[in-house]
Amino acid sequence: MSLWVDKHRPKSLDALSYHPELSTRLSSLAASGDFPHLLVYGPSGAGKKTRIVATLKELYGPGVNKIKIDSRVFVTPSNRKLEFNVVSSIYHMEITPSDMGNNDRIIIQELLKEVAQTQQVDLSAKQRFKVVVINEADSLTRDAQAALRRTMEKYSPNLRLILLANSTSNIIAPIRSRTLLVRVAAPSYDDISSILFAVAKKERVALPPALAERIALESGRNLRRALLTLESLYAQNDSLAPDTQIPTPDWEVVVTSIADDLIKDHSAPALLKIRAKFYDLLAHCIPADLVLKTLVFKLLAKVDAELKPEVVYWAAFYEHRIHMGSKVIFHLEAFAAKFMRIYEIYLQAMMDN
Amino acid sequence: MSNFFSKKASSSSKSASETRPPREVPWVEKYRPKSLDDISSQDHAVQVLKRTILSSNLPHMLFYGPPGTGKTSTILALANQLFGPDLARTRVLELNASDERGISIVREKIKNFARSTVSNPTAAQRAAFPCPPYKLIILDEADSMTQDAQSALRRTMETYSRITRFCLICNYVTRIIDPLASRCSKFRFKPLDTGDAIVRIKDICEKENVVYEEGVVEAILRAADGDLRKAITLLQSASKLHGSSSSSSAPLDADADADADSMDIDSPSTTVTVRSIEEIAGRVPSSIITSLITTASPTSSSSFSEHFSALQTAVENVILDGWSAAQLLVQIHDELVFSDEYDGTAKNSIVAAISETDKRLLDGSDEHLTILDLLVKVSGILRKSS
Ligand SMILES: Nc1ncnc2c1ncn2[C@@H]1O[C@H](COP(=O)(O)OP(=O)(O)OP(=O)(O)O)[C@@H](O)[C@H]1O
Ligand SMILES: [Mg+2]
Repeated sequence: MSLWVDKHRPKSLDALSYHPELSTRLSSLAASGDFPHLLVYGPSGAGKKTRIVATLKELYGPGVNKIKIDSRVFVTPSNRKLEFNVVSSIYHMEITPSDMGNNDRIIIQELLKEVAQTQQVDLSAKQRFKVVVINEADSLTRDAQAALRRTMEKYSPNLRLILLANSTSNIIAPIRSRTLLVRVAAPSYDDISSILFAVAKKERVALPPALAERIALESGRNLRRALLTLESLYAQNDSLAPDTQIPTPDWEVVVTSIADDLIKDHSAPALLKIRAKFYDLLAHCIPADLVLKTLVFKLLAKVDAELKPEVVYWAAFYEHRIHMGSKVIFHLEAFAAKFMRIYEIYLQAMMDN
Repeated sequence: MSNFFSKKASSSSKSASETRPPREVPWVEKYRPKSLDDISSQDHAVQVLKRTILSSNLPHMLFYGPPGTGKTSTILALANQLFGPDLARTRVLELNASDERGISIVREKIKNFARSTVSNPTAAQRAAFPCPPYKLIILDEADSMTQDAQSALRRTMETYSRITRFCLICNYVTRIIDPLASRCSKFRFKPLDTGDAIVRIKDICEKENVVYEEGVVEAILRAADGDLRKAITLLQSASKLHGSSSSSSAPLDADADADADSMDIDSPSTTVTVRSIEEIAGRVPSSIITSLITTASPTSSSSFSEHFSALQTAVENVILDGWSAAQLLVQIHDELVFSDEYDGTAKNSIVAAISETDKRLLDGSDEHLTILDLLVKVSGILRKSS
């Protein structure tokens, strides 16, 4: 049994319910005969992948949904063997750079050339070219991105790339110059509510409008999260009511408690306690930048407006350090300490007044 | 996978191959300059290179400049004019970032090619092309070669310079080690001059029968920022989306095109619009930028607390709408720095904040938090200066 998110995933462009103008655009591109390289970007959970799979189907027909997974071996120049999984149909192939770590350049070079130098096996295929979809393209190393450049030009008769990314900021300019940018905005709260209703109807679940709205709001315009929430609420409750409690994920509960601690107690022992909670979150593989970002928005909701600019300032400062430094815990802890300090000073000033 | 290869030979299923769509070439390739005379806007480089064709004496060369300014096109055209397509096959070696170019390749493949004897042109080739007595090694996208591989090149370049010339191509000249750079004549490729680019784009519009509203060509060039490849890609995508490009230039068979054509006919908007160019180029509509900045500007009509939460919501919305932070940064910069409303001191601080933001984004910082931080800083600066 598959999850509702997967079970009710639209399979074709005309079945996609939001951003109709974007669907139209993709479908005229697919029909145009010279489909360009695409760089599809937008926040996570906005439905980029679903839209692209639907576009592929428009390009090739249902054959693209027949997927197989091959394990491939690559040899690095230093003679190390790399094993890597490739998801493909006879028309397209999908790769995810985070599976290949620092060797992404070698794998990309080999794999793309191989695809580019071979022709479509299926003689009746609707397109001459094959498509390579690269997930999380913004996490490709610069080297790997550079390796794509000339390949995209030289092999354009046989090969189209579709790059998926959360943002174009980390895609090098020569690649952006070779692709058509396609922005997929997160669905609006209303879009999400109506999709929740549609899914509930198919699953024969009575969904009160007020609850649908709350789920949508809670999801932060992330459709995947909204659907997962709906399904788990349905599994956990006998029936859904307008005021059915939406559970907060455990890690978020911990972050909330850190925020409370930070407001209440500004002593050294309190900092130690908070440090232990940070460690706990990291041990559960919650990314440090997510912890910090969640924490700062919780703090912003609790402090006086006058203090907010400073909180944002330091949060952004230490979030950057998380990416640059070597041990993330240092920067989480430093932010916590900094917050205690500025909050203490602020309270002092209030008292003096 | 090996059975993928032997396709062309077996045209046994003729009917199948007839229903296949024609191989359409992207316009960037279709309109890639074929000779030096077709290269727009790079007069200096083109002039010098033309002279070298006449004298048949080519130095080692280093082409550098931003993407889409004609570097690759120029060297391919030059190679073609020197040797002609047939002889080029044995005389020219092109390696780019998609090829393995580690130190071992430099030592073997490149060196072997460099030292191999120069093939003799046939009489016909000699009649048609200058066919100078050396080979040409093109190292495209050389900025992605490691320092070690680059230093390994030094010797090869010197030792075989009588029979082999090198052309290194890169975006960032500083990534080429000095000892290599100093052995080459340098050619800077400038971002394309707007006037030249307009001529080129209008020419393609005419050949492809693109119908466009006034201001479209200018909008394309604004978005492309001197990158002609980007300009051409934008134009082609826009014309596909509007179904305005006629299929007259395309081969005629293809069933698949029939759908597209019928769509063209009843699709109402066959004219490419300025708005669609901006959307395709990923440019944030200026109304969004203006409203962000208005929200960040101090007001007397609301409390600071309301002001801050309005700003917080505005940033959240642009991020969830998927606008890229790097693009937002560019446009926020232009809006603030080129405005007459702010004094020098304010602009100073704003530019400093933008610089820090750019660095952080490049380092992979969270876009939402980083842009919020920037606008909060901007808001503080504007408050102080007003
Ligand atoms: N100066 C120019 N004159 C005419 N066409 C150009 C010129 N520059 C770029 N183009 C167009 O843009 C396309 C790409 O140009 P080219 O491959 O030469 O860029 P490049 O400078 O090598 O870029 P990159 O640094 O990204 O490799 C060409 O196919 C051509 O259509
Ligand atoms: Mg190039």
